[in-house]
Amino acid sequence: MKKISLFLATIALSLSLTGCGYNTFQAGDEEIKAQWAEVLNQYQRRADLIPNLVSTVKGYASHEEKVFTEIAEARSKVGSIQATPELVNDEAAFAKFQAAQGEMTSALSRLLAVSENYPQLKADAGFRDLQAQLEGTENRVTVARNRYIASIKDYNIAVRSFPTNLTAMMFGYKTKPSFTVENEKAISAPPKVTF
Amino acid sequence: MRNLFSNFLLPILLALSFLAASIMVQADVAIPALAQSLVVDLTSTFSPAEIAQLDAKLKAIEVAKGSQIGVLIVPTTQPEDIAQYSIRVTDQWKLGRKGIADGVLLVIAKDDRKMRIEVGRGLEGAIPDAYAKRIVTENIGPLFKQNDYVGGVNAGVDKLIGLVNGERLPAPKQQNKTASLGFENSLVLFLMACFVGGAFLTAMMGRFLGSAATGGAIGGIAWFIAGATGTAIFVGVIGFILTLLLPSLLGGALSGGRSGGYYGGGFGGGSTSSWGGGGGGDFGGGGASGDW
Repeated sequence: MKKISLFLATIALSLSLTGCGYNTFQAGDEEIKAQWAEVLNQYQRRADLIPNLVSTVKGYASHEEKVFTEIAEARSKVGSIQATPELVNDEAAFAKFQAAQGEMTSALSRLLAVSENYPQLKADAGFRDLQAQLEGTENRVTVARNRYIASIKDYNIAVRSFPTNLTAMMFGYKTKPSFTVENEKAISAPPKVTF
Repeated sequence: MRNLFSNFLLPILLALSFLAASIMVQADVAIPALAQSLVVDLTSTFSPAEIAQLDAKLKAIEVAKGSQIGVLIVPTTQPEDIAQYSIRVTDQWKLGRKGIADGVLLVIAKDDRKMRIEVGRGLEGAIPDAYAKRIVTENIGPLFKQNDYVGGVNAGVDKLIGLVNGERLPAPKQQNKTASLGFENSLVLFLMACFVGGAFLTAMMGRFLGSAATGGAIGGIAWFIAGATGTAIFVGVIGFILTLLLPSLLGGALSGGRSGGYYGGGFGGGSTSSWGGGGGGDFGGGGASGDW
């Protein structure tokens, strides 16, 4: 009889933990950490590609100084931010990180746009491989970011909806920042057409 | 009543269906199911014989290496980008083995004139983005330009198979059923052995001796299947304890209705020869896109 009541008590306790969402928060937090690590991993992969890419383009288009300084500035900005797992708990630092990586994205796309003007560069096998790697990495970043956004959404819904919000309040869990559209202003402004 | 229907309800229904249709146009392209074949062609570009031939080639590499290479041909992926669409497909199809993630997907959006090779995480070393890009631009693209879709897909698949063959991957699982018992199946078997064997043996030899015999037998079977002595002893001891304790835990419930019960489960066997679909592989967005 004692065994049965112990058995039932264990079940009841674990069920009540599930009901108040405590386990949801733990699982969600780990999920977010894993997804965030993947995002950082892919950004790092991109950062590792840049030196090779820059030196290849420089070989054919050394006088395009403006793009190269832009890339160098973006790199130093990205490098100045400590990309740690704790970034997901700090809204301001997260925004800064996102801005720096966004600048890097646009600097890289300008570099590729410039390289369109150099047929010899475009024919270079090494450059084509680097370009494919960069495209693949940008796509990996997108996938990782989308998965991060999805896991953040589930977590934040749990933080804000009843009754799990009571648990969140009790343990001090807060909503975590998500990625937003980087150049919101640029997109919402109508494009300028001049002839 | 009839007037009410034709004058009032019918227009509303019509308007609603038009609205639904216009929403359908805007929605993302649906992902077809991965049923029997690794080749899914929604454009009828391939004849059934050509699909069967390509599928046989892909199934052969799955048997030999364990990797799954899928081919999907759709008319369009609009409004989505082909990369967005293909990652959704891989999320659903889960090509490749779980934990090894050795799946590859070749998506072709025929009317968009776009294609993409999506590479599973476990094959990113064997098929780097640059190789995938070369397959797209050098092997598939030129043939597609001449409207030779069947030839182009086959050329690309041959190249992918070559790259997969060059990679050292964990050996594929044997088709033998006992060797490929999943954890859940083994757990069910284990519990059934405790219940059925335990009930039988404890009735014959008494509670303690019977439980010990059940534990020993379960341990022996576990040793036979897994081949690891430590695991077998552990499983045997758990079996002994469970058999000893289960009747007292569930005694009241069981003595009331002992009939039937045990034989409800079944093993879900029967169709061992049919193909199991995607293996649970994981994709991270690697690969390359291209057009023709």
